[in-house]
Amino acid sequence: MRRIIVGVKRVVDYNVRIRVKPDNTGVITEGVKMSINPFDEIALEEALRIKEKGLADEVLAVSIGPADTQQQLRTALAMGADRAVHVQTDAALAPISVAKIFHKLVESEQPFLVLLGKQAIDDDNGQTGPMLAALWDRPQVVACSKVEVADGKVTATREVDAGLETLEIDLPAVLSVDLRLNEPRYVKLPDIMKAKKKPLDTKALADFGVAEGAGFTTIKIEPPPSRQKGVMVKDVGELVAALQKKGLV
Amino acid sequence: MSKILIVAEHDGAKLNPSTLKCVTCATKIAGAAIDIVVLAADGAAVAAQAAKVAGVGKVIQVDNAANKEPLAAVQAPQVAKVAAGYTHVLGPSTTFGKDLMPRVAALLGVNQVTDIMAVESAQRFKRPIYAGNALLTLEVPAGATVVATVRIASFEAAAEGGSASIEKADPGVAIPSHTRFVSRSAATTGRPDLQAASRVVSGGRALGSADNFKLIFALADKLGAAVGASRAAVDAGYVANDLQVGQTGKIIAPELYIAIGISGAIQHMAGIKDARTIVAINKDAEAPIFEAADIGLVGDLFALVPELQKALGG
Repeated sequence: MRRIIVGVKRVVDYNVRIRVKPDNTGVITEGVKMSINPFDEIALEEALRIKEKGLADEVLAVSIGPADTQQQLRTALAMGADRAVHVQTDAALAPISVAKIFHKLVESEQPFLVLLGKQAIDDDNGQTGPMLAALWDRPQVVACSKVEVADGKVTATREVDAGLETLEIDLPAVLSVDLRLNEPRYVKLPDIMKAKKKPLDTKALADFGVAEGAGFTTIKIEPPPSRQKGVMVKDVGELVAALQKKGLV
Repeated sequence: MSKILIVAEHDGAKLNPSTLKCVTCATKIAGAAIDIVVLAADGAAVAAQAAKVAGVGKVIQVDNAANKEPLAAVQAPQVAKVAAGYTHVLGPSTTFGKDLMPRVAALLGVNQVTDIMAVESAQRFKRPIYAGNALLTLEVPAGATVVATVRIASFEAAAEGGSASIEKADPGVAIPSHTRFVSRSAATTGRPDLQAASRVVSGGRALGSADNFKLIFALADKLGAAVGASRAAVDAGYVANDLQVGQTGKIIAPELYIAIGISGAIQHMAGIKDARTIVAINKDAEAPIFEAADIGLVGDLFALVPELQKALGG
């Protein structure tokens, strides 16, 4: 079975303007729309396209989180994943713990490819992909904008500060994906109905021998300092005068 | 006492300024001894530059033909080996560091502190989350090695004036052959580097075409500025991806940022929070960019930009 594992994280929807809790312990997630991390959605889309080209047999979506995380896994199944594994926990997990869980899954599921978003838009860490690749001792390509699978190899292009970098790697491997790799498909209603019948296994954290805990102690979470209110100018003349006053031109 | 190892970013010939920002971050940790490791095919030139950075005690030069290109899978085991005995291992939060440092952290069995924007103590750091819409202060447990990436827009570059010793080292670790470099397309524009420039002119979707984007390049050249772009402009194919400014592009901190035809989506604003002065030109007076702008001008960019260029003397 040629299998691809895709990581799917439940995050605050990217359209939500987040608010910090008044007691500085976190951000408000109660009553806030939750979605699949947009980068993970792109990873899933890429996995489905690879399968549709006949280069894979099964796409397995994996998520770690509280009971409600099954909503995102059902969405992943509706998009086209064949089955899902939900590692249920209410605890916030450190990236190294997430990578350890994926490593255990990789050992039992034997995928030829693990696809992940290049970062989650909540903690903006971007660690799970490279950490999994390190624990697994396999290649990684971080922030892919183009992926080609052929002859047991992947040729992937990633977006780097200097432009574009292309690497060739052996399989199995870990890829983290960037925004311009593809545009994820829309989920159709019949697919949502069909997804309800697809297998979704729930597992406990203990099944993976991974301890709870975020790794670091949160001291506080605060809103960023707001910028001073600016001025509006009427025309280019006033703009240039304002820039000159600040010594900028 | 803190013993800090900084992983140098370079192109084989020149030390990247991001490394100088990491040194400044390291100096914020009281009483720290700071070393730099240079992994290269032949790192002599880069090591010599690193040795001149003020505050650096020792430069460790790891020469290996396999280090010609900065492949994370190749370099991480070497860095992890050299890191033995250090309390902190820092790299820049650039595409280089984001690739390498989490792999190093996993090999050392620890989590990584991502995007340090302020140092509060040897174990306590501040970092942005949710695209900078919240700031997290965290503490690394005592005794754990701190592996971290440094948000380079948050720190000044360290000055020259040091005279560190240079030591060659061979970590003697197995180097994998499963990852091979194919090519890199480097944009050579002759303009200032986006991440280092003191002035940046950026264009958005409102430019409408790659051809119209010439207006942005012309104004930038007038100001001696680097050129940036919003994600929408890059997605539309007006300019290459390496010009993208924002949460998933480059995070910059110029003295002057001029945003033209950019609405100011949250993810774009995440890239310019540290700009000293933000100027916005947009025809939509309700665009969110005006909430953050120090100077705003509402109007048609196709009339205003040439006018501005003329007013600046040309």
